[in-house]
Amino acid sequence: MVQFLFFYFAIAVIGLGITIVNSRNPVHGVLLMLVLFFHMAGLYLLLNAEFLAAVQVIVYAGAILVLYLFVLFLVTLREEVRISPFIEKGYWMGFVIAIAMFITFIKGIQNFTLGEHGAYTIEKIGQLTHTKAMGEAIYTTYILPFEVAGLILLVAVVGGIALAKRERKGA
Amino acid sequence: MELLWILVKILIVFGVVMLHVAYATYFERKVIGHMQVRMGPMRVGPHGLLQPIADGIKLFFKEDVIPTPADKQVFYAAPLICLISAVSSLAVIPFFEGFAIANINIGLLYIFALSSLASYGVVLSGWSSNSKYAFLGGLRSSAQVISYEIAMGLSLVGVMMMAGSLNLTDIVHAQMSSSFKIYLIPQFLGFFVFVVAMLAETNRTPFDLPEAETELVAGYFTEYSGMRFALFFLAEYIGMIIMSCIGVICFLGGWSGPFHVPGLPFFWFVIKVYLFIFFYYWVRATLPRYRYDQLMALGWKVLIPLALFNIVLTGTIKSISG
Repeated sequence: MVQFLFFYFAIAVIGLGITIVNSRNPVHGVLLMLVLFFHMAGLYLLLNAEFLAAVQVIVYAGAILVLYLFVLFLVTLREEVRISPFIEKGYWMGFVIAIAMFITFIKGIQNFTLGEHGAYTIEKIGQLTHTKAMGEAIYTTYILPFEVAGLILLVAVVGGIALAKRERKGA
Repeated sequence: MELLWILVKILIVFGVVMLHVAYATYFERKVIGHMQVRMGPMRVGPHGLLQPIADGIKLFFKEDVIPTPADKQVFYAAPLICLISAVSSLAVIPFFEGFAIANINIGLLYIFALSSLASYGVVLSGWSSNSKYAFLGGLRSSAQVISYEIAMGLSLVGVMMMAGSLNLTDIVHAQMSSSFKIYLIPQFLGFFVFVVAMLAETNRTPFDLPEAETELVAGYFTEYSGMRFALFFLAEYIGMIIMSCIGVICFLGGWSGPFHVPGLPFFWFVIKVYLFIFFYYWVRATLPRYRYDQLMALGWKVLIPLALFNIVLTGTIKSISG
């Protein structure tokens, strides 16, 4: 059952991804992206990571994608987007980049070992609940990266406000 | 066997909620009628009691008009997204001790996730109708829902901190064993932010800008008719019931009450939910609509800082009292 669900989610994610890239109507693309995020959340659920699954939907589907939609509404209006290729005569460059990426992924996967690692075993996470286990890991072991990420986001927020705010005359 | 029991539970909850939704519309018209010194519906059945059924039959048999320039697929999907996201939220709500379709550890986050999905239905219905009024309603709604979702999430963080759980059943249990019995008293700031954000999230007066009649005809569902219009209507009322349930579970102690009512374990829960729903109608009959910039200013400059302050305060008190 779990394996069946995994393959369903995995194949759906890949299929939806390809459909999104190929869809000419950007709003349809966003809708399919929404479905894709739900399948990603399903994959997280299969890993017993229920907190991540919920946050995935809340943050990506609930906030980021709505902003995308907002931008699409303000920029393009319903017409299908037709633009000439970014690099006119260089299809081979695309192939080179794709093959290079593929080799990088293959090399990366070789370092991946199956099984559990570290202090948080499946039993321990099940006992603590995933939310608590993740909170503990973030606020103790990984507090520095967490704070750094927070600082980077703060810089982005300040930058966004600085860009959006018009200067008042005489100020 | 367990699967069968879950299916039965789903049918019970769905049926009961649908009935409550039908009569919530009747209740609304009666309450607002009496607040404006008129009778409300009186013609169909004694005191108009059969009015919701008559309305339902009317909507069901009306012609389903689809505008020619509409984006058909999205136009069909939008009301369904609204309704499905509202109905699925019911799955995690514990109506009384031990009765929830799914008692999951991240109940509160699950509801947030689905309520963020509901805004897609609104936005996409506005866009796909290809009409100015609907589009403006959709745009307003997307900005409004994003802004107030933050305030709503932050207002409930205080409750999560006090209960130490995201599981809705555990939150009620934690309240029962706390010193005040309900979190309304220690979390009054959070409750205030929650109630305002609750009104905005469900697009109700005084925050009904996405469907402001005087400006936008009917807002995002202007072009919808018949059964599809009814789906939006259903989603809005189920949304109100869900928000009331969250308020009851997180702040008013869920199904617990001053004394035990034998044979009716959901008695206090239903009473409290109807208090919230009455509050919705009361506000609608009393307050005028906010202007758009006022809405944004209230959300970002008042509610979010207040909710953040509440989190700091709760954390400080919790760490001092140990």
